[in-house]
Amino acid sequence: MRVMAQMAMVMNLDKCIGCHTCSVTCKQVWTNRSGAEHIWFNNVETRPGLGYPRTYEDQEKWKGGWTLTKRGRLKLKAGGRLKNLMTIFAAPNLPGIKDYYEPWTYDYENLTTAPAQDHMPVARPKSLLTGQDTTVTWSSNWDDDLAGSVENTHHDPILQKVGDKIKFEYEQTFMFYLPRICEHCLNPSCVSSCPTGAIYKREEDGIVLVDQDRCRGWRQCVGGCPYKKMYFNHKTGKVEKCTFCYPRIEIGQPTICSETCVGRLRYLGLMLYDADRVLEAASTPDEHGLYEAQREVFLDPNDPEVMREALKAGIPEDWVEAAQRSPIYALINKYKVALPLHPEYRTMPMVWYIPPLSPVVDAVSDTGEDAEKQDNLFAAIDKLRIPIEYLAGLFTAGDTKPVDLVLHKLAAMRSYMRDINMGWEPQESIAESVGMTGQEVQDMYRLLAIAKYEERYVIPSAHYEDAHKLENIATECSLDVDGGPGMGGMGGMDGSFAQDPDMGKDPGLGSPDVPGRPEGVRINLLNWDGQGTPEGLFPESSSDSAASPQGGSSS
Amino acid sequence: MDDPLNVFLWLIFPYICLTIFILGHIWRYRYDKFGWTSRSSQMYESSILRWANPMFHFGILAVFLGHVMGLGIPQAWTDAVGISEGMYHFMAISVGAIAGVFTIVGFIGLLYRRRFTKAVLGATTKMDKTMYFTLGLVIVAGLANTVSGVAGAYNYREGVSIWFRSIFYFNPQPDLMVDAPFTFQFHALIAIFLFALWPFTRLVHVFTAPVGYIFRPYVLYRSRDAHAGSRDVRRGWEKVDTIPKRRPD
Repeated sequence: MRVMAQMAMVMNLDKCIGCHTCSVTCKQVWTNRSGAEHIWFNNVETRPGLGYPRTYEDQEKWKGGWTLTKRGRLKLKAGGRLKNLMTIFAAPNLPGIKDYYEPWTYDYENLTTAPAQDHMPVARPKSLLTGQDTTVTWSSNWDDDLAGSVENTHHDPILQKVGDKIKFEYEQTFMFYLPRICEHCLNPSCVSSCPTGAIYKREEDGIVLVDQDRCRGWRQCVGGCPYKKMYFNHKTGKVEKCTFCYPRIEIGQPTICSETCVGRLRYLGLMLYDADRVLEAASTPDEHGLYEAQREVFLDPNDPEVMREALKAGIPEDWVEAAQRSPIYALINKYKVALPLHPEYRTMPMVWYIPPLSPVVDAVSDTGEDAEKQDNLFAAIDKLRIPIEYLAGLFTAGDTKPVDLVLHKLAAMRSYMRDINMGWEPQESIAESVGMTGQEVQDMYRLLAIAKYEERYVIPSAHYEDAHKLENIATECSLDVDGGPGMGGMGGMDGSFAQDPDMGKDPGLGSPDVPGRPEGVRINLLNWDGQGTPEGLFPESSSDSAASPQGGSSS
Repeated sequence: MDDPLNVFLWLIFPYICLTIFILGHIWRYRYDKFGWTSRSSQMYESSILRWANPMFHFGILAVFLGHVMGLGIPQAWTDAVGISEGMYHFMAISVGAIAGVFTIVGFIGLLYRRRFTKAVLGATTKMDKTMYFTLGLVIVAGLANTVSGVAGAYNYREGVSIWFRSIFYFNPQPDLMVDAPFTFQFHALIAIFLFALWPFTRLVHVFTAPVGYIFRPYVLYRSRDAHAGSRDVRRGWEKVDTIPKRRPD
């Protein structure tokens, strides 16, 4: 047994409203640059739909991920090592910029500089590649909310597998959102495709990163990743990818997409797994067995032997403890409601999803029946085969049994909790019908529906140990201490917010006496004419600061 | 030998360029690892690149091997293993011509897409243009040499090759180049200039050809602490817990 820790994510799709806040905040933080216009570390797809880049799931076309040889060994679908090197001069499976979209901006200047004329001046779209007029025909979410579905949706590779005949009915009854980031796989095919060895998996937390100093732009990883989450920056000539916001994770903060998620649908936590068994699990002959095989690679963090081995492998004690409290472990292995995205790619993805029950609920309520009654929901799950098959195409390589089971659990939870919320007698039989106890249902309800910040995100800080704290002191202004006259430093650029005891707590629930920047007082010294003392430039006198708890803190 | 121009062209200029080539690469690797890439434009245009780029690269790899043979291996050695000058000549010209044609056709394809695909043209720097022009001249002059070799008038292995090796022995013999035909002189001169340009262009990607891929494990792990990046920490920015190297007492 070789215990390794992996930072993982689960998304509860029932709660996703498709607002794209995650995509926007991610872009603002990471890819708001020239050359990275098409790079969306996080994107939200409407399903059924083409996805981003278009039809990325069609591996017969893009050749991403792994495949099994006749002898049952894992091989990159794009070909072996020699073929990889021989095709280096023209990467065979590289999406063109048109498969993403041609980046554009608008000629806003024309709005203010156009001469007087009969018609309103307009801001024409201009291509950012050529600088010329362009027609906007696609973007990262052009088929949002099934827009243009008559034209596009039948190209959805998953829908094509479900079959064409039911397509029309399907579109009328079923739609959900699928937010996607890099899967930070246990058996990553991008890492394996990189000729240079610039992509690596971090030993400590399993986050997959690209060393920008070592990447030479051979682009084989772009084709190698079946999720198309390796992006070629066309200005720098290097590949970039979702970083799992590692600088935030290292100091115990959730990723920016999780932090800003309006629906609070993302969960973050550790998974312990047996690295020795990854390859064997990824080589499971039957595609339908891959979901179970991956679950078996995960280790029970409460098992004394696992704990012993984890410590022996150098995993710190607080990390093991965090793995025990991990919401990911609860959702994947305890309640078994989270499923991997496309296990058939054999990369062992580590961003999992709770499939949405809402289409089933909608279908029942559309008929005017009680959509919180267990029998109605169960019957609808059994009847709505097309959505279930579609979900299975996404999450279980087409095997509908696990999806059925998850949806039954979610339906049972809905019915069971309705009784409690209405003040009625809870029916244990509902819980038992999905193999759970009433208490377990209530616990799951708490995690899924109440979803407290501290329970959604269980992120142990990285171990800089004392050296890091010392470094922080050494790199900050020595006067910049609580109550001191310092100027506030760089507000976390140097990781100093690691020491803020209130970071990592739910900002919505924060206590009012949080020390930090006083509200509404920000000093810009560049605007100061040197006359007088602007408010807040100096800390208030000690008698004042005693009255105002915020006065003495750095501003 | 007494003509200062000849001394400059075939003695001083090569050493200057070679120095720039070596120091330039060291400098670039130390200070611009982030810029060390092939700067592929495949995302913009793939249909021409798909055939032209492999054609050019495989062609120029063959050309490179040909130069290793022709410039690196003394005629005496090939004579010793029983390859007659005629046989060698025939092989060099036939294989060289095929490789040269591959290279030049691929190169023209690449130039075409670079000029006429707007997005690719937009991503072309001044340095790129200088490099393409120089590289184009080198290739054309080189192919001209190969073709002119059919007449068999000049045996470069008794002239250019010995001069080339003499540079690395630090016993340069510029006279040998003075006697060479003009196209050989031209090819050599432009090629030497290209070596001086090399470290400042995208050509640096040649020196990070990823042959190690064949031998490494598929999945790589790296510790967070071991490599915060692959750059060395700059002086004055070391972490405080870094124990300084012990100075000799």
